[in-house]
Amino acid sequence: MTTKSIGEPIARVEDARLVTGQGRYADDLMPGALEMAVLRSPHAHARIVDIDLEAVLDLPGVHAVYTYDDLTGPMAEPLPLLIPHPTLTHGRTQYALAKDEVNYVGEAIAVVVADDRYIAEDAVGRILVSYEFLPPVVGIDKARAAEHLVHDDVPGNVAARMEQGFGDAAGAIAKAPHKLVLDIEVERSAATPMEGRGTVARWDRDLGRMSVWSSTQTSTGVRAAIASKLGLDLGQVDLVTPDVGGGFGVKIVHPWPEELLVPFAARALGRPVKFIEDRREHFISSAHERGQQQHIEVGFDEDGRVLGVDFRFWHDHGAYTPYGLIVPIITSTQFLGPYKIPNYHVVFESLYTNTVIVTPYRGAGRPQAVYAMERMLDAIAAHLGIDRTLVRERNFIQPDEFPYAHGEMSFQDGRPLVYDSGNYPELMAKAKALVGWEDFERFRDEARAEGRKVGIGIACYVEGTGVGPYEGGHVTIETSGKVKVSTGLTTQGQGHQTAFAQIVADELGARFEDVEVVTGDTRRSPYSVGTFASRAAVMSGSAIALAARKAKEKALRLAAQALEVDESDLEINDGVVSVKGAPGTSIDLGTLAVLSNPLRYAFDEASKAATQFVVGDPGKPPVPEGEEPGLEGKDFYSPMRSTFASGIHAVIVETDPDTAEIEILKYAVVHDCGTLINPRIVEGQIHGGVAQGVGGALYERMEYDESGQLLNASFMDFLIPYVTEIPKKIDIDHQVTPSPLNPLGIKGAGEAGVIPTAAAFASAIEDAEGITITSMPISPSQLFDLRLQAAADGTTNQEGTN
Amino acid sequence: MPAPELTDVTLTVNGVQHEITVEPRRLLSDALRHDLGLTGTHVGCEHGVCGACTVLVDGKPTRACLMFAVAAQDYAITTVEGLTRPDGSLSPVQQAFKDCHGLQCGFCTPGFLTTVAAGIEENPDPTEDEARDMIAGNLCRCTGYQNIVASVLRAAELQAGESEESA
Ligand code: FES
Ligand code: FES
Repeated sequence: MTTKSIGEPIARVEDARLVTGQGRYADDLMPGALEMAVLRSPHAHARIVDIDLEAVLDLPGVHAVYTYDDLTGPMAEPLPLLIPHPTLTHGRTQYALAKDEVNYVGEAIAVVVADDRYIAEDAVGRILVSYEFLPPVVGIDKARAAEHLVHDDVPGNVAARMEQGFGDAAGAIAKAPHKLVLDIEVERSAATPMEGRGTVARWDRDLGRMSVWSSTQTSTGVRAAIASKLGLDLGQVDLVTPDVGGGFGVKIVHPWPEELLVPFAARALGRPVKFIEDRREHFISSAHERGQQQHIEVGFDEDGRVLGVDFRFWHDHGAYTPYGLIVPIITSTQFLGPYKIPNYHVVFESLYTNTVIVTPYRGAGRPQAVYAMERMLDAIAAHLGIDRTLVRERNFIQPDEFPYAHGEMSFQDGRPLVYDSGNYPELMAKAKALVGWEDFERFRDEARAEGRKVGIGIACYVEGTGVGPYEGGHVTIETSGKVKVSTGLTTQGQGHQTAFAQIVADELGARFEDVEVVTGDTRRSPYSVGTFASRAAVMSGSAIALAARKAKEKALRLAAQALEVDESDLEINDGVVSVKGAPGTSIDLGTLAVLSNPLRYAFDEASKAATQFVVGDPGKPPVPEGEEPGLEGKDFYSPMRSTFASGIHAVIVETDPDTAEIEILKYAVVHDCGTLINPRIVEGQIHGGVAQGVGGALYERMEYDESGQLLNASFMDFLIPYVTEIPKKIDIDHQVTPSPLNPLGIKGAGEAGVIPTAAAFASAIEDAEGITITSMPISPSQLFDLRLQAAADGTTNQEGTN
Repeated sequence: MPAPELTDVTLTVNGVQHEITVEPRRLLSDALRHDLGLTGTHVGCEHGVCGACTVLVDGKPTRACLMFAVAAQDYAITTVEGLTRPDGSLSPVQQAFKDCHGLQCGFCTPGFLTTVAAGIEENPDPTEDEARDMIAGNLCRCTGYQNIVASVLRAAELQAGESEESA
């Protein structure tokens, strides 16, 4: 019997390459390619009066300089608005190179292509641009006040106003025995993968083919954009995703201006061209996320049961809306979390500011949503003086209530918001046990006796994962017995080569070592969507499982013929098809691959065995009707709707009475991502997510000044956590309620670590300090200020609202 | 603008001597990656904070993005490629990161590997806190460091096992 590999913590097959320096990231490709550097706007809002290229044109080593005036046809049109929505009435996107006006510091104005990056940057420094300054709109307050406009033709700086809900929230709140109002602020942060963006292109004049490598989360999306912008047939463009040094959402946006300008220049110059983003560029020209202002009104009963919620928020989406309304829509829907809210009304405005665009970063609107909901539930608990976990338990959707529909709400995919499965009370029980909720008061007393301040916090979330429309899988068995698998979505460190190989090994009955997986290569998988929203395992995992099943069916059919037995008597283990109970009667997958492809020409030993004189039933055509040559399986997975993972984080913090420093004493994660393909990889995803969550909760914020300059655009000043900021241990417990929506019961885990982290910290810090926390992140100096404020106002609550 | 002035530079990398002709301003990280084709050394920030570009200069972890190639001439440089054994087998640090799932996207990894290789040379038996200290100057955005700390401890263990064997 083949040992099952799904569920096993198998070591990753990608690592041998990566630990020896043999990875191939964008900047490792195509040595000798010309390099591109970008002139970016130093002003947040200005009209471009003139661009003087005189000093650049005859610089040695410079091959080309492009501005908007050099773009024609589709390249001269605005970049695509990728996800339109009926309520996005005033969507705007930028041009590949700025036309007349710039709307954020970092917007691309011109590019230089030169022998190397040093020369290209020298040249960029010599371009003279004269500007007419316009008043910048920075921050949500300024955007809402709309004294100045980002885009002249967008009144009020409002791109979209969206309203949803069910029941009668206003009525329920009015009638409720208790009411609370909360105002919350969430700062901007960003994905900041260790590798920035990068694109390399080569135009082959002889074949009329454009080969592009891009550090992206969507191979097919970039390919389609390049083809359409450059006027090429889709079939002329190959997009290969090399090793990608992290994505976390920012690389799902496409096409970035450079993703078009690199192939544009490669074709014009007949030379390979490369663009590799540097760190400062990443801060000012790649997307940010998170920034929101929220206002919540809630009505509830004596037990803390929520009767109605009115949730209003203002979302800062930056200067343009290429990714539509995905982030605020997710906030507005995932706010509901694991709770039964009988009456709900949500309305948001998505606002323009003169800052870089805001598009999904790991969590994508959920950390904000969970922050709002969980702050609200903590406020209810404090108001009623009951345990915070009890308030949550009383509002949970119960295990027997699935599938659970939230009124008439629709989710980010436009489909009804229906949860497929889950068990939230059990998750809570596990979380309390893991963090030691019940023992905490004793611990607090002990700590207090030593003059220490500690607090415990908890936060729950539900995450819609695996959104459609589809992904595909292609499984090919070669005559060597090796199994080659391809799926179109891309990989940025999630270990897909390992996890997907585990699925194929199990489904097909092949040896894990014989399975090799390729992702994000449009030459192998031209139909695909991309890697985002924790969807890879759900979507491609399912598609690959279905494809492997098809390959298996064909293998069994061929084997039944060859061995002259009934298909139902056969099984496949370790790559060998044999008769159940008679393992001697067998044929291996490689031989079946030979038989599946009747040949005229023998070019090696395997093919000799497959010439048409050797194989097949003489009474039938060599390739029987309904069959195709080759031993392959191909399939697509397209779900009716998303699946919903869930989890709870709990944290114990200690706050320094003098410095207000926040130390993490314990961090516990309980989560349910359905079937685990590889627990080691899932736990790695959680560790990384928690680290990003800690960054978002305590350190990371984008500091714009009022003129729209990003003051902390470096790793020196934007504080992403080192090991010293991360809890020494992250306790993890899994719960498995498989999704009924897909063949393997997977739910997706990529964002589980990051979603409730800030909410859990706010809860814990509030518990330690007795000061209401309403903004994230919270730094020691802010906590210090809050203490002073509370002391002045006399508003410090009783400690220990637990 | 006149053509940039070029200078001959001799670099000794992973025991091999290379002659290149580059501008005096050429960073060691670029020289290694683009002139010598040793692309294992990665560049994550170019301002000395992330540690992805860390190489060993006479055995000491050094940020290759903060050093000019011309300034590196008199030293023996080791990159991640040089950690691999001549027979192609993995060194204890490389093996440990692989064993402990100490990497995800792998972009920060070469900088951690060189740092830890030097670290366990200096302190062959680190405590967990010392292991954390050892890597406290390198950024990783994927792993949350948990498995990297485990990898450091495992690397020390593997290395100790090896020196025992050869003793
Ligand atoms: S690239 Fe050298 S420290 Fe970041
Ligand atoms: S493994 Fe991706 S940055 Fe460390």
